[in-house]
Amino acid sequence: MDKVLEVRNLGKVFGKGCSRCFDETGPKYETNICPHCGSVVAAHDVSFDLYKGEILGIMGESGSGKSTAVKNLFFDQEPSSGKATFFDEGKQYDLFSLNAAQKRHLRNHRFGMVYQNPVQGLNFNVSAGGNIAERLLMNDLRNYKEIRDRAIELLRRTEVLTERMDELPKNFSGGMQQRVQIAKALAINPPLLFLDEVTTGLDLSVQAAILDLIMEIQQERGTAMIAVTHDLGVIRLLAGRTIVMKYGRVIESGLTDQILEDPQHAYTQRLVASAL
Amino acid sequence: MTLKSVLKVEGFSKSFTLHEQGKLIPSSSNVNFEVFPGRLTALIGPTGAGKSTVLKGVYRTYIPSSGRILYRSENGNTVDLVKADEHQILGLRKREIGFVTQFLHALPRQSTEDVVAMPLFTRGVRRELAREQARKILQMLNLPERLWGISPATFSGGEKQRVNLARGLLAKPRLLLLDEPTASLDPVTTERVIELINNLKSDGTAILAIFHHPDVVDKLSDDVVRLAPPVGAESFFEEKIA
Repeated sequence: MDKVLEVRNLGKVFGKGCSRCFDETGPKYETNICPHCGSVVAAHDVSFDLYKGEILGIMGESGSGKSTAVKNLFFDQEPSSGKATFFDEGKQYDLFSLNAAQKRHLRNHRFGMVYQNPVQGLNFNVSAGGNIAERLLMNDLRNYKEIRDRAIELLRRTEVLTERMDELPKNFSGGMQQRVQIAKALAINPPLLFLDEVTTGLDLSVQAAILDLIMEIQQERGTAMIAVTHDLGVIRLLAGRTIVMKYGRVIESGLTDQILEDPQHAYTQRLVASAL
Repeated sequence: MTLKSVLKVEGFSKSFTLHEQGKLIPSSSNVNFEVFPGRLTALIGPTGAGKSTVLKGVYRTYIPSSGRILYRSENGNTVDLVKADEHQILGLRKREIGFVTQFLHALPRQSTEDVVAMPLFTRGVRRELAREQARKILQMLNLPERLWGISPATFSGGEKQRVNLARGLLAKPRLLLLDEPTASLDPVTTERVIELINNLKSDGTAILAIFHHPDVVDKLSDDVVRLAPPVGAESFFEEKIA
């Protein structure tokens, strides 16, 4: 099987950091604030592999570092330590040693990101169609008609009324904005897609439709995805393998059914037991 | 020529550590058996003997506490499922090892036809062809045709079980794990299931099964393994994690 992403010892510290930051933070100390220097250890020693066509779940509560992991990989943040290698069309990219232009290239051409809040993923000053066109233009699609046809096709695929493609996203409902965001992320057919709490805060019926869409896309295109969520239901539905994080550390990882039915760590056992 | 086993379980044990309650609960201990191609090994024993635990251990839904689970795969390699990495397990589940439980785990909002055809979809069989085969097996299991197009979420226990079986049998795995697949079926459908399982056996599938009814065990099994509750299971309430 083809590896898409290899992450080793990824870490992110907010603050100046000190030599004892990692010794007295984490699940054992129930904090990610270093008692000596006050720095926040958002993530430490996070390692995992992602293969083509699989969805990896990263589960944890607020402040566990799950979003930090993904933001570092999408270059929204700079990691403090660690290494990530992206494998793409026979080439390897050492993500954290790339220059700004190379990073931008990967973001625009090979990665997709769907944020919890559509404000982050969409440009609210241009129309829904325009948002998609932006991404297509970056990929050297220049012909107006071609761009428009492709935008229509994508919006149709994500079930956004194409009659409304020339409206600004602010006129749309939350679920519809999320669909536009997914259409935008998919516009360039990325081999790697990050999903950061994509269904959090949506109505149950809208959540269901978004999750169905994600699964269909994954089946159709074999896109490798990392789904960050605190929702066990999303994990159960989407992810083949799951990582559980707490206070910035990975406390457990395994096959999703194993994590849910035979959790090893005390925290995961409590989490699974408290699912509705 | 002696028949080579597809699955060989050696000294399998499983206990659960419940951190919150500070308890160690033994579920299976020192289980040994083999499963052969074209034959059915039945696990029997009282409730609490750890029968389902063994199946879940083989499927790796449970992490075995000790022992070896040697699986000889299609390509002739033998893998210890206890130690195999997650991607290896996922690959085997997709192509070689099937599991039919008492409960239907299906994606919501999906038609029964598609639920049943899913294992074929994931192997790249054309959608229409896969659906056609799904319909054929649903017919054989007496599931009314008017139900094929709707989601099994609202089905009765017996209907869900038939969907579950249809999916598991249609996949024609090399190793099939069955956990009380006929528990809530009427006698006529149970006879059909027995016939279908026999067909799978003649196609060479190795089967490890738990059946509720002793007469189904008699009709289908080639080997029987009796499990007893592990020592200490009756007194686990006092047991503390060392």
